[in-house]
Amino acid sequence: MSDIDMTPSVVLVLAIGVLFAAGVYLLLERSLTRVLLGFILLGNGANLLFLVAGGRAGGAPLVGTTPEDEMSDPLVQAMVLTAIVITLGFTAFVLAMAYRSWQLHGHDEVQDDLEDRRVARQAARNAPAFEDLDTEESGQTLDDEAAQVRDETDADGDGVTDRRLDDEGRR
Amino acid sequence: MDLVEVSKALVPLPVALPLVAAGLTLALWRHPRAQRIITATTLAVVLGVSVVLLVAADGGPVVVDVGEWAAPVGIDLIADRLSALMLTVSSFVMLCVLLYSLAQGVADGDDETPVAIYHPTFMVLAAGVFNAFLSGDLFNLYVGFEIFLAASYVLLTLGGTGERIRAGSIYVVVALLSSIIFLVAIAVTYAATGTVNLAQLSERFAEIDPGVATTIQLLLLLAFGIKAALFPLSAWLPDSYPTAPAPVTAVFAGLLTKVGVYAIIRTQTLLFPGGRLDDLLLWLALATMIVGILGAVAQNDIKRLLSFTLVSHIGFMIFGIALASEPGMAAAVFYVVHHITVQTTLFLVVGLVERRGGSTSLDRLGGLAKLAPGLAILFFVPAMNLAGIPPLSGFLGKLGLLEEGVAQGTPLTWALVVGSVVTSLLTLYAIVKAWNKAFWQTPPVEIPESVRLPRGMVGPATALVAFGVALTVVAGPLYAYTERAAATLLDGHTYVDAVFPDGSGRGQGVSSDVAEEGEGS
Repeated sequence: MSDIDMTPSVVLVLAIGVLFAAGVYLLLERSLTRVLLGFILLGNGANLLFLVAGGRAGGAPLVGTTPEDEMSDPLVQAMVLTAIVITLGFTAFVLAMAYRSWQLHGHDEVQDDLEDRRVARQAARNAPAFEDLDTEESGQTLDDEAAQVRDETDADGDGVTDRRLDDEGRR
Repeated sequence: MDLVEVSKALVPLPVALPLVAAGLTLALWRHPRAQRIITATTLAVVLGVSVVLLVAADGGPVVVDVGEWAAPVGIDLIADRLSALMLTVSSFVMLCVLLYSLAQGVADGDDETPVAIYHPTFMVLAAGVFNAFLSGDLFNLYVGFEIFLAASYVLLTLGGTGERIRAGSIYVVVALLSSIIFLVAIAVTYAATGTVNLAQLSERFAEIDPGVATTIQLLLLLAFGIKAALFPLSAWLPDSYPTAPAPVTAVFAGLLTKVGVYAIIRTQTLLFPGGRLDDLLLWLALATMIVGILGAVAQNDIKRLLSFTLVSHIGFMIFGIALASEPGMAAAVFYVVHHITVQTTLFLVVGLVERRGGSTSLDRLGGLAKLAPGLAILFFVPAMNLAGIPPLSGFLGKLGLLEEGVAQGTPLTWALVVGSVVTSLLTLYAIVKAWNKAFWQTPPVEIPESVRLPRGMVGPATALVAFGVALTVVAGPLYAYTERAAATLLDGHTYVDAVFPDGSGRGQGVSSDVAEEGEGS
């Protein structure tokens, strides 16, 4: 193990850094398509990291074709191949999910949780009166706000959510 | 000796059989009856295999070098006491959930859960979980994680309704991120040590720079912490689990987070003995318990309430792991077994409650104790078990943790002891609130006088409740088993010796004669 040249190429390291930075940035977006792009960048960054982890490049690792000390490490390539296949599968799945979301809602943004909003409203109800004055002045309840913030769950025909919302007297 | 030989042949079956079954059921998508028979039989066989392994592993870890490739070159599967125990409990739980979901599918006419997809996916999920439990190789562990995660994405978004897509997108994005972190951790591990075999890693991590080792430890902890829903990384769980169909939520809640806990146990004990991060883990355990249970107290929907108790009780297991002593680890393993059972049971029973009362919101339920006394018992027993009422198994697990916490007696472990007790009381409070509203209060909306609950759904739920109670009855032998499991986990050499029998750094496959250059490059 000690005789392998493990000094990584600066270009690869820089590429990994850029891929990770851009990937993380995109992952923080709200639209699934951008999140997906971020995931792909991160995945490729991780794959490059594997290549760096395998040491310097060399000949084909086949006994008889290359001297043993000039072979490249086949194990990392096997692992990268596996990772690429897995990433491909997940990319397909997220694409399908984004498409379904677009079918249902006309966009593919990740939604807030309705139950979270309800708990937040309960907290607002218990909050001191001066805060209530504010909300009353603006004439808005948290439900109205929730409705404005892209709340399409009542239009999708999903009985479960509809019932929850009806329960709150929105309709 | 016979048992060892037989069990060696059995080790790959929990991974292979469900995968074959997944292919068969996919090919037979036009024949739901054949699909049902195949999946149920497969899980029953796997359960049988697991029990054999449970007995065999008590005599020492059972190691198989897959394809006769010797260990560090090839991939090995290992069933030691911990793996075999997790395998047994999870295959039993999955079998019950499967039977429950079959009955539900028959009763509902499969509108929201297209069974043609459900069966193959459920089998793939099983294969992934079992692979993760048996893997003796870090990269194979990653593959196991990805297998069951891929299946879980499909199960969570079954039917593609708006609500499930919303919940699914949160879950999928978080899981993808944790997968990438895991992948990065493996790459760094390989760069630092030149191997991904767990047994070999356990030797090599001792030799490399401690700073690098700690970095890798933190990366792995981050990846597994997301899967296990450890406190700052747990927010995704209560948002995503409750929207799935009841059986899916049940199996996710019971198993998937525990696979994360299992991975934490395995890596912390085998790769990073010496407890560099134990204090950090103790703090995380405390925060997980308290924050999780405060979330549960605020909830008004039983499914969400249970999701928060799930997060909270992960803290107990991490507490036991972070104590890093045999009694602590034994209690943690016992608690994992208890919690898989009880959490799955509760989600299944809540599925029945939803069927009976038409909702899981505590504002719309009431009077069920009078309308459905049998259902009330099915809910009450595991609920009290979750809260840790003596003499049920939850109490025994917590008692073990508290005893060891007091025995170690540092200020931090005392804080954890107090935190555990407070968490237990708050769990009791949350559960009793759910009980009062769903079963005792005057119904706020009219609940139909008689709804027939399909026998096929009540049966598996009852079996799981009975299993939870049985854990108390057999707690003596079981606890002794987890103590032996903890001993082998912590002694640091049993696992390595089993993989490399002669101390040669080589497994038992035939390739040991040929592959001299394979190591590390």
